Amino acid sequence: MTTMPVLSLKDIQVRFPVNPDWRGRPRQHVHALNGISLEIAKGETLGIVGESGCGKSTMAQVLIGLLQPTQGEMTLSSGKSNGKGGMQIVFQDPQSSLNPRLPVWKIITEPVFAAANRKVDKAAMRELAQQLAAQVGIRPEYIDRFPHEFSGGQRQRIAIARALAAEPDIIVLDEPTSALDISVQAQILNLLAELQRSRQLTFILISHNVSVVRHMCNRVAVMYLGQIVEIGDAAQVLEHPAHPYTQLLLASVPTLESVQDESAVPENVELPSNRVLPTGCYFKDRCPSASSACLQPQVLKQISTQSQEHEARCHLAHPD
Amino acid sequence: MTQNPVLSINDLSIEFPVYKGAVKALNGVSLHVNEGEIVGVVGESGSGKSVTSMMAMKLLPEGSYRVTQGDISILGTDIIHASEKTMRTLRGGDVAMIFQEPMTALNPTRKIGIQMTDVIRLHRRLDNDAARQLAISLLKDMHIADPESTLQRYPFELSGGMRQRVLIALAFSCNPRLIIADEPTTALDVTVQKQVLMLLKAKARELKTAILFITHDMAVVSQFCDRVYVMYAGSLVEAGSTRQVLHAPRHPYTRGLMAALPELATPGSQLQAIPGNVPDLSRLPAGCAFASRCPSRSDKCNQKPVLTSIHEATTHQVACWHPALQEELAV
Repeated sequence: MTTMPVLSLKDIQVRFPVNPDWRGRPRQHVHALNGISLEIAKGETLGIVGESGCGKSTMAQVLIGLLQPTQGEMTLSSGKSNGKGGMQIVFQDPQSSLNPRLPVWKIITEPVFAAANRKVDKAAMRELAQQLAAQVGIRPEYIDRFPHEFSGGQRQRIAIARALAAEPDIIVLDEPTSALDISVQAQILNLLAELQRSRQLTFILISHNVSVVRHMCNRVAVMYLGQIVEIGDAAQVLEHPAHPYTQLLLASVPTLESVQDESAVPENVELPSNRVLPTGCYFKDRCPSASSACLQPQVLKQISTQSQEHEARCHLAHPD
Repeated sequence: MTQNPVLSINDLSIEFPVYKGAVKALNGVSLHVNEGEIVGVVGESGSGKSVTSMMAMKLLPEGSYRVTQGDISILGTDIIHASEKTMRTLRGGDVAMIFQEPMTALNPTRKIGIQMTDVIRLHRRLDNDAARQLAISLLKDMHIADPESTLQRYPFELSGGMRQRVLIALAFSCNPRLIIADEPTTALDVTVQKQVLMLLKAKARELKTAILFITHDMAVVSQFCDRVYVMYAGSLVEAGSTRQVLHAPRHPYTRGLMAALPELATPGSQLQAIPGNVPDLSRLPAGCAFASRCPSRSDKCNQKPVLTSIHEATTHQVACWHPALQEELAV
């Protein structure tokens, strides 16, 4: 990476205590994130894909500061002097992430309201809300309405306007379109792309939908059991996956062209438990080409022969 | 393709009475599913796909809806006028249903084995041991590794994919002629979805069971279904073989939907979103429901178009006054 990273994560680990004994001491831990190291450059869109239980949402919570990592450090090297900058999040479900009792203008300006310690001018706030609403495609005269008066796509627009109100550098998008219909999804993705261009935003897009990630992202990180198993240039990772898990994931995504191959039903599609982590490679129990070398823990290594970045956590991955 | 239909719905209209008016959920829907055929119904939320499937099984709460016209028949039984007793023998017997959320479809307080043998013994004259053996063989067919111990477990002990496979096994337990699957894989991950869909299809082909497959995912339809119906605002807008409808769509809505998919677009380019929103089902326009969002609307669109074949020798039907010309989308 050539530019200075705006955000860097170093060996982030998150464990949740579970199953307490009679004195309340945890007997086990859920290992949600197991050593995530990432650097995010300004203006890029990093996609994070993976299946449920791989730690995507824990990652979003760590990024936004809702959750303190058990170990590791996160540095945000942007914070402007006036208190703006920083990170905002757009959640998956616009129904539950908007306060049903607040009018839209209050929802949109809430980050400013909170940052200014409630000392804000109402007229200025309303004006700000009108500007932001217009930018995300909500008619400015609707800002006195309540969230229930809007459709799902419009609510997601309001959530985006709220994220913009704090003038962040980075917006974490946690499954921003998975609750929306296809035609509305296209509208929201277009809006996000346009806002990124006009405001030089950095996006971290967390999604299980590979085609959304392919469409939106410059870089992609594939997660499995709390680790990044493959990371690199989006076209490179999604067209020439090197890690067996990425290959499996991409082969499972239904496409319009191909007809389902009816011969081989995939077996063993379950994720291993994250209570007791597997030794060695986390994917070895499901991997078609597992061997004795997979008993060793794997590290992320550079595999691309060209200049672009492409790393995979597998000893079998070779530059192609 | 005019063999004996397992399910046929003719010109069905349903409305839900609400305060000062009615929500017109279905407006003249006609569809049929032939023996052994896998038929998809796609549409966005609120298009009436779930109401169609629930109505076919008469699962909507009595009194909450009004059938304004049309009829439904499953294997020759008139569903709309059928008694609850007839429906109860039909459901789970000749017609089975698979729901979206496998956790809520199973009883959380009873073991899988008891739930399965209950259903089997309700419809078939088998004793407990035989029913149990049948349950085990059904679970084996669904590639569940250890069927005996799975029968001893509660639903919460199984993963989402396993629960859905148990439900599919249960649906096939009485050799049904028709299975209605309402978004069976929406709650599952892609790798699990692939496994579940393949098992479902293989078993259906083996027993020649017809499937009515409700989904919003175009890619799943293209891999799974023989024929497909596209719904919009409670009406069918296009019907035909999967290849015809998804690769050479004629209705502006289907075309818009395909163009809005990020799968087909160049990464980073502007997606072609359909402008506007779905119309309010309690205030539907008199004419074509899609007219307000349609790029090729005209005065003629103030009359409601009906589903008609594009030309004589095809099963590809479209409900539009200005269907697009024959040109394949670049898929």
